[in-house]
Amino acid sequence: MAAPNKETLLDWYRQMVLIRRFEERCAELYQQGLIGGFLHLYIGQEATGVGAVAALREQDHVITAYRDHGIALARGLDVNALMAEMLGKATGVSGGKGGSMHLANRDLRFWGGYGIVGGHLPLAAGIALKAKYNEEDEVVLCLMGDGATNIGYFHESLNLSAVWELPVVWLVENNQYGMGTSVARASGATEIVQKAMAYCCGPDGRGMAVGPRLDGMDVIAMYDGISEAIEHARTKGPILVESLTYRLEGHSMGDPQRYRTKEEVEEFSAAGPIGRFRNHLIEKYKNIGSRLDSIDQEVLDEVEAAVEFAQNSPDPTFEDLTSHVYVD
Amino acid sequence: MADTPITIREALSAALREEMRRDERVFIMGEEVGVWGGTYAVTRGFLDEFGEKRVRDTPIAEMVIAGAATGAAMAGLRPVAEIMTINFAFLALDAIINHAAKVRYMFNGQFTVPLVVRTTTGGGKQLGATHSHAPEVIFAHFPGLYVAVPGTAYDAKGMLKAAIRDDNPVLFVEHSTMLQRRSPVPDDLDFTLPIGKSDVKRQGDDVTIVTYQKGLEWSMAAAEQLAKEGIEVEIIDLRWLRPLDLEPVFESFKKTNRCVIVEESLPHFNVGAEISAQLQEHMFDYMDAPIKRVSAMDIPLPYSRELELMALPSADKVVAAVKEVLGG
Ligand SMILES: Cc1ncc(C[n+]2csc(CCOP(=O)(O)OP(=O)(O)O)c2C)c(N)n1
Ligand SMILES: [Mg+2]
Repeated sequence: MAAPNKETLLDWYRQMVLIRRFEERCAELYQQGLIGGFLHLYIGQEATGVGAVAALREQDHVITAYRDHGIALARGLDVNALMAEMLGKATGVSGGKGGSMHLANRDLRFWGGYGIVGGHLPLAAGIALKAKYNEEDEVVLCLMGDGATNIGYFHESLNLSAVWELPVVWLVENNQYGMGTSVARASGATEIVQKAMAYCCGPDGRGMAVGPRLDGMDVIAMYDGISEAIEHARTKGPILVESLTYRLEGHSMGDPQRYRTKEEVEEFSAAGPIGRFRNHLIEKYKNIGSRLDSIDQEVLDEVEAAVEFAQNSPDPTFEDLTSHVYVD
Repeated sequence: MADTPITIREALSAALREEMRRDERVFIMGEEVGVWGGTYAVTRGFLDEFGEKRVRDTPIAEMVIAGAATGAAMAGLRPVAEIMTINFAFLALDAIINHAAKVRYMFNGQFTVPLVVRTTTGGGKQLGATHSHAPEVIFAHFPGLYVAVPGTAYDAKGMLKAAIRDDNPVLFVEHSTMLQRRSPVPDDLDFTLPIGKSDVKRQGDDVTIVTYQKGLEWSMAAAEQLAKEGIEVEIIDLRWLRPLDLEPVFESFKKTNRCVIVEESLPHFNVGAEISAQLQEHMFDYMDAPIKRVSAMDIPLPYSRELELMALPSADKVVAAVKEVLGG
């Protein structure tokens, strides 16, 4: 695994800022009533998504839950089409039929965001089975929340991936809460990677590997950790990895956040992933400040242009309403 | 080629074997499909012929059986997943209904799910309340999924081959007490039956009976008794609960002006409810008598042989219903 060069690091910085600005703009549009339904922001978790997705090779697959904007952006889905989906437009990535929770782009092997907690885990196993069945060198990165590790789907999917030795990296984004319930109040094991031990160590050492607990606020640590996990999944089989991260906004819009203190949020905010990475870059590369500033500005413009694109896009039609229920 | 009389079990086996030989992407997964040879012996000998890659025993984990098969189908394989009995498919409802049936629509046609979920239905074997459901109508509620309910060996083979070749998800429901029923079936490797076509199984001018699967047997037996009394019923076998083909029902009703719907499921919100609603909507001017439904009684099925027989429909109950709509 080659250490990322300066341009790569700058690209990760750009992606993280893009996610942040995209999410802030979505929040505004939600307040204005232009985005409906549930809106789950990725603010605070940018380093996890960007670092993990950066570790994927082109042929690899990624799938996640409903907190999916950041993963979609990191995988390179078109910003305009993503914003258009938020606004329910015909030009959206899912034609306005999926919404915030159901973004996908099959060509980029982003198999989507899924609104049912844990529901996409067996899909990840199935996609990995395809790779194994066809003897293709492909790995599936399946992200999920800490809350998802308590649902039956998690246990059935991890177990099957162990028995069938499927090339899956199961990545838990432990942002410490599932809605308002902290990990300690919802999970028997609070170090979530330990759950892999239930499915590890079959005959010949076969089974689920207990992966590392990564610093999910450090994009480079995420990249390194997931790169190793992908190598493990390719050559040995499934692995469970945990990212320690934090959701800086509410679970979804309008969350009164009675389950945590302002002080706690402020503490994590001060150590947020973007500021931390920016400082790292400034320390590492002399005179990079102006590059970073211009990236900040470019991203602002890009998001503004996406909002304009989305607002000027047509609504889906009656024909769209009834299309794609079945293959004709 | 001559049509050979074979059992439903043999017809299902032949359909699966022929389709697996024809298309490398077709594979089987489920509990006891391999080493055991299938709970109902449909896949006996398959492991020897096709090997572990294509005949995949799974853990007892219905959520991931249905979910992983869905993911594999989305990724380009053509899984035939087996859920041992439909009673256990309740655990897989989310995977089947929220995922298999919806991903195509939700992501605006980006994904295709060429999946068949085979399962067995029906009571009558003294298995008690949890193991005696005939709830296939529940699955027919949801757009995005097809539901097959064959009642003869001929139909079972042609419909299963069609389901495997189709690009939409199909719940393929077999009746556990009818697997030994025999009828002539074409040997032609490309014999398939169209999806969503009902079939007139008996002609008559007096009363239209609409039914499927086990109801077909009760209705055929009733028809013989009634014929002795000079009453000729027309029997329409739905074969598919979705797509639901009511054209032959309407045509028949124009002639008979009377209808009885016979099914094994429970009376509340059942197939008969849907069909009577459609008859009054489209055929009101042809209606000479209230439409009558014959179904199981509105209770959980009991163990006792005597009680179970009381709770289930029967040829006698069909005879009584036919006489009632004739005003007898
Ligand atoms: C099966 C199911 N149960 C409940 C919900 C409602 N719900 C949506 S998100 C959520 C919390 C999930 O928490 P976690 O997995 O930690 O993900 P996070 O939101 O923290 O990213 C709940 C309970 C759901 N969508 N699906
Ligand atoms: Mg969480």
